[in-house]
Amino acid sequence: MAKVPVQFTLNGSEKAEFVDSGTTLLHALRDKIGDTSPKGGCHQGTCGACSVIIDGELRLSCLTVAETCSGADIRTTSGLAEAGVLHPLQRAFLDAFATQCGFCTPGMIMAAKVLLDHTPNPSREDVIEALSGNICRCTGYEPIIEAVLTTARANSQNAA
Amino acid sequence: MELRKNYFADQRKDGLHEIGHGRPRLDSPGHVTGKTAYFADRNVPNMLHLKMVRSPHHHARIRSIDTSEAEKHPGVVKILTARDVPHNVYTILILIQVGPEDETVLADGKPRWKGEAVVAVLAETERAAQEAAAKVKVDYEVLPAVFDMEEALKPGAPLVNEYHGQNYYLYDSGECRKVRFGDVEAGFAGADHILEQSYQSSPIEHAPTETTGCVVVPEGNDRFTCYTNTQAMFFTLDNASIILQMPGSKLHFVGGTVGGGFGGKVDVIVEPIAILGAKLTGRPVSFIYSREEEMQISSPRAAEKIIIKDGVMNDGRIVARKVTGYTDAGAYSRHSPYGAQKGAAHYPGPYTIPNVWIDTYCVYTNRTPSSAMRGFGVTIGDFALEVQMDKLARLIGMDPLEFRFINAYRDGDMKAHRQPTEGAALIECMQEASRAANWPVAEKYMAMSSYTKGA
Ligand code: FES
Ligand code: FES
Repeated sequence: MAKVPVQFTLNGSEKAEFVDSGTTLLHALRDKIGDTSPKGGCHQGTCGACSVIIDGELRLSCLTVAETCSGADIRTTSGLAEAGVLHPLQRAFLDAFATQCGFCTPGMIMAAKVLLDHTPNPSREDVIEALSGNICRCTGYEPIIEAVLTTARANSQNAA
Repeated sequence: MELRKNYFADQRKDGLHEIGHGRPRLDSPGHVTGKTAYFADRNVPNMLHLKMVRSPHHHARIRSIDTSEAEKHPGVVKILTARDVPHNVYTILILIQVGPEDETVLADGKPRWKGEAVVAVLAETERAAQEAAAKVKVDYEVLPAVFDMEEALKPGAPLVNEYHGQNYYLYDSGECRKVRFGDVEAGFAGADHILEQSYQSSPIEHAPTETTGCVVVPEGNDRFTCYTNTQAMFFTLDNASIILQMPGSKLHFVGGTVGGGFGGKVDVIVEPIAILGAKLTGRPVSFIYSREEEMQISSPRAAEKIIIKDGVMNDGRIVARKVTGYTDAGAYSRHSPYGAQKGAAHYPGPYTIPNVWIDTYCVYTNRTPSSAMRGFGVTIGDFALEVQMDKLARLIGMDPLEFRFINAYRDGDMKAHRQPTEGAALIECMQEASRAANWPVAEKYMAMSSYTKGA
């Protein structure tokens, strides 16, 4: 199978790899680059565990072909904490008991981040809508929604 | 959180360090940073991928298996059939002396459910393994199948599992688990009303977000490390040791982090065959269920049928209960004989009933083997029992919660299993529930206690 180069920025650092043509971004990130924070739950675009942020938009990395990401800015949960300090969303998920097995958590956090980046003061309905593509089989959605709303409230207090 | 210290004040220890305090989960920092390592997060070079050829029939005899085309497929390294498995017939609970061994690792002559593993293909890539699996030719003679428990128990029904010899599990108590307490027929004869209802459930899929799987790495010296998301580490280690006829000291299992399980990851399905693949090829092997396999192949919660007959008095006392329970094990035992047994223990409910008669059957059918799931054996039973309780209350025109106060276990009551009740606390829980749900009950029920009998 033909190998193709992929080159993008991952959490601020340059990555370049050769992958089989047609390789998914999920596969490239996990097995080639070694960022295993995006998870493969269904590999068919239904669970959201593989969610990443590409150029500011939420994307399912299992449905994204790696070679189409050249030059992109890709963000994953593993790059969210800065200098060992958790991102407010990560802190809120931790404090709100919004994780159990944790498998859905990185995808959830990415979906929540895109929401708050675009809509700093979301309504509860906005949060539900934004997380609707992410399945959590353990926690129940209430603590997760609460974690996102708490982060948003704290943000707006900081801004005020 | 609020602790109601007025209950059982004389038994209460204060100054507890943990109870009543919120504690962060130890593993959540890893979860929120994406650092938690699940089994598939280990990047192992030179790994082979295992795909199963599965039976397309519910019940069939294998006339022949032809792997010649598949072997020629580019990237294929090894193909395994029943012949390659050292101890191919096993059962999970044999470790606690629950037999007979009744399930094959790879079908040996006769698959008994649609989806049963027949041939394992190991290849350089997942895709090659999949393509080669599609080239394995299996010639089947389709056999009559049975999907309904009552049909399966009829004389002349197709025999599902020869290792049992009949379509039910043979307990030491006979064809079912039995509970006998008091005289149930006398109880019915004296009852003001009798209500017989039947309840049934479908199989339920656990659907963990992370699918079932393992990654096996040969470590040299004939020793293997198996990274797995099993929920039953030592069952898996010991069963793998039996199936592979290898001492446990050669097997190093690494688990701990499970991406959801709910009981669906306690069976021993992926590990032994993946270790065998690694042993025979000398290479690391990954065997991970696709989402489709997870939904179709992994064992569901058993389908159940429960028939409850109760005798009740106009004053609210249940005086007799007769229950017949059926648990659909599917084609193999796995944890179902135990689930059915738990049902037998559970059907009296948390109620004091003087006359109880229970039979529960673990039935074999040509359906996907069922197994553990969150309180399996009792969860559907609780649904049935509590719906029945509501119906009984309605029948005698009583408030359903007050009806439960009348029948609830108190300390000192004799259970149908002839164990005296201790530390029941059910009355107090219902009193709190009545407040929390804003479902008022008469003062006399709020004055009751689990310590004493009367109202
Ligand atoms: S793995 Fe991508 S949506 Fe499920
Ligand atoms: S915490 Fe397990 S899937 Fe969400």
